[in-house]
Amino acid sequence: MIAILILIPLLPLLGFLILGMGFRIIPRKITAIIAPCTILISFILTVFVFYNHICLPASPPYYIFPWIHLGPLKIDFAFLIDPLSILMMLIVTGVGFLIHVYSVGYMKDDPGFNRFFAYMNLFIFFMLILIMGASYPIMFIGWEGVGLCSYLLIGFWFKNHDYNNAAKKAFIMNRIGDLGFLLGMFLLYTTFNSLDYREIFAQAKVMTAGNTTLVAITLLLFVGAIGKSAQIPLYTWLPDAMAGPTPVSALIHAATMVTAGVYMIARSNILYMLSPLTMEVIGVTALVTALFAASIAIFQNDIKKILAYSTISQLGYMFVALSVGAFTGAMFHLATHAFFKALLFLGAGSVIHALGGEQNIRKMGGLRKTLPKTYWTFLIATLAIAGIPPLSGFFSKDEILAGVFESNTSVWIILVIVALMTAFYMFRLLYLTFFNSFRGTEEQRHHLHESPAIMTIPLMLLAILAAIGGLLNIPELFGGSSRLSGFLAPVFADAVAIQQRNTPLTYATEWILMGVTLSLVLIIIAWSYQKFVKQNKGLQPDDAPRPLAVKLIIQKYYIDEIYDMLISRPVLQLSKMLHDVVEVRLIDRAVNGLGTLVVWTGKTVRYVQTGNVGFYMFIMVIGIILILFFNILI
Amino acid sequence: MLTVLLILLPLALSLITFMIKDEGAVKKFALAGSLAEFAVAVAAFVQYKTSCHCTLLFHADWFSSMGISLRFGLDGIGLLLVAMTTFLVPVIILSTFSHSYKLPSSFYGLILLMEMALVGVFASFDGMMFYIFWELALIPAWFICALWGGNDRIRITFKFFIFTFTGSLFMLVALIWVYLRTPAPHSFGFEWMLAAKLSPMEQSWIFAAFFLAFAIKIPIFPFHTWQPDTYAESPPAGSMLLAGIMLKMGLFGIIRWLIPICPQAVQQWAPGAMTLGVIGIVYASVIAIRQQDLKRLVAYSSIAHVGLIATGIFACSIYAMEGAVIQMVSHGINIVGLFIIIDAIERRTGTREIAKLGGIASKAPRLAIFFMIILLGSVALPLTNGFVGEFLLLLGIFEAHPIFAAVAGLTIILSAVYMLWMYQRVMLGKTNELTANITDLTWVEMATLIPLVVMIFWIGVYPSFFIETSLGDVLQILSLPINK
Repeated sequence: MIAILILIPLLPLLGFLILGMGFRIIPRKITAIIAPCTILISFILTVFVFYNHICLPASPPYYIFPWIHLGPLKIDFAFLIDPLSILMMLIVTGVGFLIHVYSVGYMKDDPGFNRFFAYMNLFIFFMLILIMGASYPIMFIGWEGVGLCSYLLIGFWFKNHDYNNAAKKAFIMNRIGDLGFLLGMFLLYTTFNSLDYREIFAQAKVMTAGNTTLVAITLLLFVGAIGKSAQIPLYTWLPDAMAGPTPVSALIHAATMVTAGVYMIARSNILYMLSPLTMEVIGVTALVTALFAASIAIFQNDIKKILAYSTISQLGYMFVALSVGAFTGAMFHLATHAFFKALLFLGAGSVIHALGGEQNIRKMGGLRKTLPKTYWTFLIATLAIAGIPPLSGFFSKDEILAGVFESNTSVWIILVIVALMTAFYMFRLLYLTFFNSFRGTEEQRHHLHESPAIMTIPLMLLAILAAIGGLLNIPELFGGSSRLSGFLAPVFADAVAIQQRNTPLTYATEWILMGVTLSLVLIIIAWSYQKFVKQNKGLQPDDAPRPLAVKLIIQKYYIDEIYDMLISRPVLQLSKMLHDVVEVRLIDRAVNGLGTLVVWTGKTVRYVQTGNVGFYMFIMVIGIILILFFNILI
Repeated sequence: MLTVLLILLPLALSLITFMIKDEGAVKKFALAGSLAEFAVAVAAFVQYKTSCHCTLLFHADWFSSMGISLRFGLDGIGLLLVAMTTFLVPVIILSTFSHSYKLPSSFYGLILLMEMALVGVFASFDGMMFYIFWELALIPAWFICALWGGNDRIRITFKFFIFTFTGSLFMLVALIWVYLRTPAPHSFGFEWMLAAKLSPMEQSWIFAAFFLAFAIKIPIFPFHTWQPDTYAESPPAGSMLLAGIMLKMGLFGIIRWLIPICPQAVQQWAPGAMTLGVIGIVYASVIAIRQQDLKRLVAYSSIAHVGLIATGIFACSIYAMEGAVIQMVSHGINIVGLFIIIDAIERRTGTREIAKLGGIASKAPRLAIFFMIILLGSVALPLTNGFVGEFLLLLGIFEAHPIFAAVAGLTIILSAVYMLWMYQRVMLGKTNELTANITDLTWVEMATLIPLVVMIFWIGVYPSFFIETSLGDVLQILSLPINK
């Protein structure tokens, strides 16, 4: 068993090493086999682990070798295999494999083909370490490692300075979060004398809710999650991260890496359950993020940027779920989101591919006929994210909404508004891209083509997942048995036991809530059909006259500019000031002054050396008298 | 005996090197000699690991009337630093193979002489011997910078010399003072100096004198201004010796001499020293962001990194102290790697000015990979050497003063800012006239970098090997304040 567990992350690592070392000599055909196959085998092994786990649920952490052992501090390379990590491993290797296959087609003509797959394999390795680790430091290895891969892949086309800036921004913003994570770990260690999940959770279980240290720990760890999962205020790197190749956006910036924060909090569920204050902070942050990002998405015209803001908004959804203790709901939405958002990105990639790099949806249109496979799969994903039954997004969103309604009605209302906005911007995207007639250049029209099978087959497989992913956790309401909840129950058992249960909703209430949300969503879809397809609106150029509020949103609330003004520039000015003023004028001048003083003293005292022995004798006698005199005094 | 051999061998090699005339022969001899020295260090390491982890001690009376004796030994901490020194010197020598220096026999002779002095500093268990080797190391360093340095070398090396020499004199005063307080008959021996009876007031003065000497050498803010200038004007090998090894003398001095001799003063003044350290971390990191010269940027980053090590040492926690030991070794490896990369770029393009470079990665992918790995080590990515050291340092500092750890932790963010900025400007983007025809790393250059990369991952993935070596001695040093 342990050998299999080691192989799961080791295979992608081997893939990385082989491709990384031989990136100049390995032919593309071999790369196209090695890279996806390592992930496929990992996936198969994960499925094996999954079945094995169902038969034999209790599994201790699997110890591999010591990492940092120093007195009482014991950090081992050890894996914790439980339902939560297995679920994540299945998503990462499964979706990861499909995206690797797609990438073989997408990156076919890129000169950096081998380098691309080396980075992708490395990413999967770090992501698996993040998930499988049995302690916070091991999670942190993956945590920072995926950040590195994200950096390398955003800046994959490194001749473009804007892309490099985007990559750097992503890494630095993640690092801000990582400092929070690190400090959280230190506080965990000084509190629990361990960094191992099991030891910490066992001790934390008996602590009282609202313990200040726990609140501080959870807040610090949440800072890490804010950075990694792109929540306010550290979200601005994610839209910029769209500079990377589209499969990267699908894998890293939609399906897997950005959900690491959700995983981390779900993993630390006990700690968070005992910190009501932190939960409130998460709830407010996430709710604002969800609303804020959705509003920006409505007015964006870059197909990938819309999806990026949508991802931020959906991550906010997951965090809201976490904040009310609906851990299963968050994980369920994480899974379905991985399916449909990866599909949306890959579909967008297929569109961009067909249009020779065009990303502006106002210059698309009518692609329904020329890209039928892309269109149909994209439609399924759009319906899923909009929450149309019986597609996966409907069930996962519904579970979150029901969980939120139980604890707070006003939060529920805001989430419904976000759901409506989601439906609106997604259908705007769909209509402008695939409906009406083509608005691009003649040359583009001439080259329009459906993507090759190696790209469309992953699309179709993901479309199936996006469609039926809801089956994972059909609620009792529909005669299902909430399988995922049952599967994950052991992980969240302690947290659920602490939670003050609100009275569960009656079936009648649930039906009403669902009916209200669904009918509103359908109205929005119909209305946007009217607006964008029938009336052919939404194509005004950027400088068209608009209300001030809309302009503000189109400019993304000027957040980037504000950060630039408040942080980047002051730091650069401080750097210049410290160097020019403090370093050169103050410290260095003081030091040189000291040197000048020494030289001056030397020059002056030199005159004492007259060479006259009598004078020396005189000085000596004076000296002796002085010494004697001082001795008497003391 | 291995300890003595470790000091005598480079001395002998150095003397022979001075006499060889042919440049090619001198290079080969110096490399072979330094490798032999490394082999001896490995043997000492093996002996230490396989025996009882006890200090390899050598004692011979010298000026017994003045209590000066030839007392050498290697405990775990010294051994790690000696191993690092003897590992880095062949790497540094090999890195000079692409250069052709005037007076080659003197150049390589001085490097080996410096190696002797450095090993002597780390192996001395006698205060006076420590002082002698400490000063001895300065002489070859000064000559290397003054004879083979850049245009402004005379003024800069003078500054460097005055700076460090001033500090050393304070240390000499402190050593003699402690000597006078040792039980009669007075002795400079390590154990005697620990047994010196010092009033709290005296401890404070001695602390101040030692601290000044070490703070200048390390360097700690605000005693650092000699350093960026000196690195910039030194030949590459000189910068490597200074930054990679020589500044560890100051950090080592705090651990070996300062803390054990005046533990109460350390407890009293540690918050002040940590404050300086933390200020230095942020100050130097922020300045590094806007540096235009590659060497100066690395110099400021180095001030930030060693500032963290110094802060950690004064935190007096096992995590931070052990982290400091590990990070001293890691910093040596990373900064030598960075200077090798900078040298490779400067030789090819004729400039170290960041604004004039760009796009190198597309022409020299191997260079880009090595640069990236070493960069990741210095920004402390997990599984590289930098992380283990910084994690332990910050954990220990956090234990002592959480606020200090939070501020010192800014290095995590700021190092990413200036390092990635540098990498982006130098390696990424489009090529220009200077970089359009740049060639990739040669096999010799690869051979210098591969050992460093191996160490980056070895320490990063399996640090236990190094932690075990020095942990016993770290614990002993930290237990001293309680006993005294």
